[in-house]
Amino acid sequence: MKKLFFLLISVAILVSCGQQKSESSGDGSKKVTITAAGATFPMPFYNLAFKKYTEETGLLLTYGGIGSGGGIRSLKDKVVDFGATDAYLSDEELAEIPMKVVHIPTCIGAVVIAYNLPEMGDLKLSDKLLEGIFLGEITKWNDEKIKLENPASKLPDMNITVVYRSDGSGTTHIFSDYMTKISKPWAAKVGTGKSLNWPVGIGAKGNPGVAGTISQSVGSIGYIGSEYAFAQNLSYAMVQNAAGKYIKPSNESISASAKGEIPADTRVMITNSTNPEAYPISGFTWIILYREQAYGGRSLTQATETVKFLEWLTGPNAQTIAESVHYAPLPEKAIELSKEILQSITYEGKPLLK
Amino acid sequence: MKSEKITRYVLFAVSFIILLIFAGMVFSLAGGAIPVFKEYGLKFIFSSDWNPTQGREFYGALPFIAGTLLTSFVALLICLPLSFSTSLFIAEYYHKTRVAKFLGTMVDLLAGVPSIVYGLWGFYALRPVIISLGLSDQGFGVFTSAVILAIMIIPYATSLSNEIITMVPNELKEAAYSLGATRFEVIFSVIFPNARSGIVASYILALGRALGETMAVTMLIGNANIIPKGLFSTGNTMASLIANQFGEADGLKLSALIAIGLLLFLITGIVNAIGKYIIRKMS
Repeated sequence: MKKLFFLLISVAILVSCGQQKSESSGDGSKKVTITAAGATFPMPFYNLAFKKYTEETGLLLTYGGIGSGGGIRSLKDKVVDFGATDAYLSDEELAEIPMKVVHIPTCIGAVVIAYNLPEMGDLKLSDKLLEGIFLGEITKWNDEKIKLENPASKLPDMNITVVYRSDGSGTTHIFSDYMTKISKPWAAKVGTGKSLNWPVGIGAKGNPGVAGTISQSVGSIGYIGSEYAFAQNLSYAMVQNAAGKYIKPSNESISASAKGEIPADTRVMITNSTNPEAYPISGFTWIILYREQAYGGRSLTQATETVKFLEWLTGPNAQTIAESVHYAPLPEKAIELSKEILQSITYEGKPLLK
Repeated sequence: MKSEKITRYVLFAVSFIILLIFAGMVFSLAGGAIPVFKEYGLKFIFSSDWNPTQGREFYGALPFIAGTLLTSFVALLICLPLSFSTSLFIAEYYHKTRVAKFLGTMVDLLAGVPSIVYGLWGFYALRPVIISLGLSDQGFGVFTSAVILAIMIIPYATSLSNEIITMVPNELKEAAYSLGATRFEVIFSVIFPNARSGIVASYILALGRALGETMAVTMLIGNANIIPKGLFSTGNTMASLIANQFGEADGLKLSALIAIGLLLFLITGIVNAIGKYIIRKMS
């Protein structure tokens, strides 16, 4: 009997140890850790920026690239200090959350159409071609319609394989938002969303998964966050913008897409910009957090450090880092707005930034 | 006497915990699945439409049930001749020789390879072979996944079969030989009838493993949410769908994924029950 008691007691001690440990790290004593999770699209930027901030201030930051939807859910479940998403929360989604959530844009990224065709120069894609390829109506690379836009290119007699995201994704949201704007059949058959009912193609998980699949499959085409295409040396297409010009994604052409109006809560899609210099498939990526930071037993230090970090992330130092990994920096208007939003964030009703 | 009692209490407590965990899993899966069954009823199981787009949401599990069963049974078919011959080789023809021991260890090692490694190997080595054979455009699909699954389940089927074949009493075999039976006749009229139920059990175990395999399948099946049109078509399995979409899901979609988890649980249960029934009939 003694042995049994000993066993039970040791188990009980072990369990209670585990609990204490997790409590003390969640509570802001001296060492504060900021936890965030969400989109994979801006992850190359966040990884660098978070590391730099830790080097500068000693504050520990962790970021989990679990996808935009995951970021939203983590914030809802209050397991992170802030979430990250490439698809802003709709009015209905905001209404579902009992506390007020604010959006802070951090950079602008482009979704590029990457493809794997050896010996192929720049592929030019018009609205009609994008629609035909991604709806599965154009199935061969040497289709007359593709030849018409790319008369100088050697197009192989090969089936087109569309690669898409098998997990829910903000990248998919930006891409499908653009497709819905330029194509009526797409809007009717597929629509806009973080995950879709795809008429053709194969799915791969995460931006790295799609990039990997494209680089390993000759004849494939898919959409990915620009940095993933650059890093893997994938070819990417020139896309026809609203003004009819074929544009390559670059810092300038991506920035150009954000020159329009931005609403006060920064929730705006900037795809299919009317600016003739703009690359048409780009979008803001946001940090989302609660306006009132005193929740779930968070300390004042924890809240202050969170807001301070976000102020730095939208400031000039971090924005230069964004540029180094091929995201376009925020336009002035967006920086101004995010400052205002950060100033509106409170702890027990008192603003955290002066 | 005292230690006797303690052992009994401890054993009882531990097995009760396992029962409790099992019940808890069924309970939470069933609880999470309620909303989607309330919304669609049995249509959830029999519809082939999976559309997570906001505003046109509809969730039907049929493509994934079909994908799971198809990949697993094709895998079992591929695995059957391979592992059956391997077991005969190890446990009968070359029993207790160094070659058999070496081969046995190699087969057991296969079980220890993480499934992501199988996935990678399938992606970089097997897929190009399928493409160059002209079986499919990009090499993704049911067949590719089934081949990988077959390799993954070979150790499960083989090691149990080995044990069972070696357990066939030597007296029986020797009696058969002394009556002038050939080795072939001994295998099929003495060993196989004696070991039948155990061998079937080992394949059921292997099938159960194939049904739930996730990572390697996700990397190779193409993740297209449709009922596979054929052996070389793309598709998706239940486990792979859950792994892909769980991180994002909330609301009805989350409930649909949990319900698919519950269905997978049930299917595995049914397969095991059928297996038990066959074993009882045979022995």
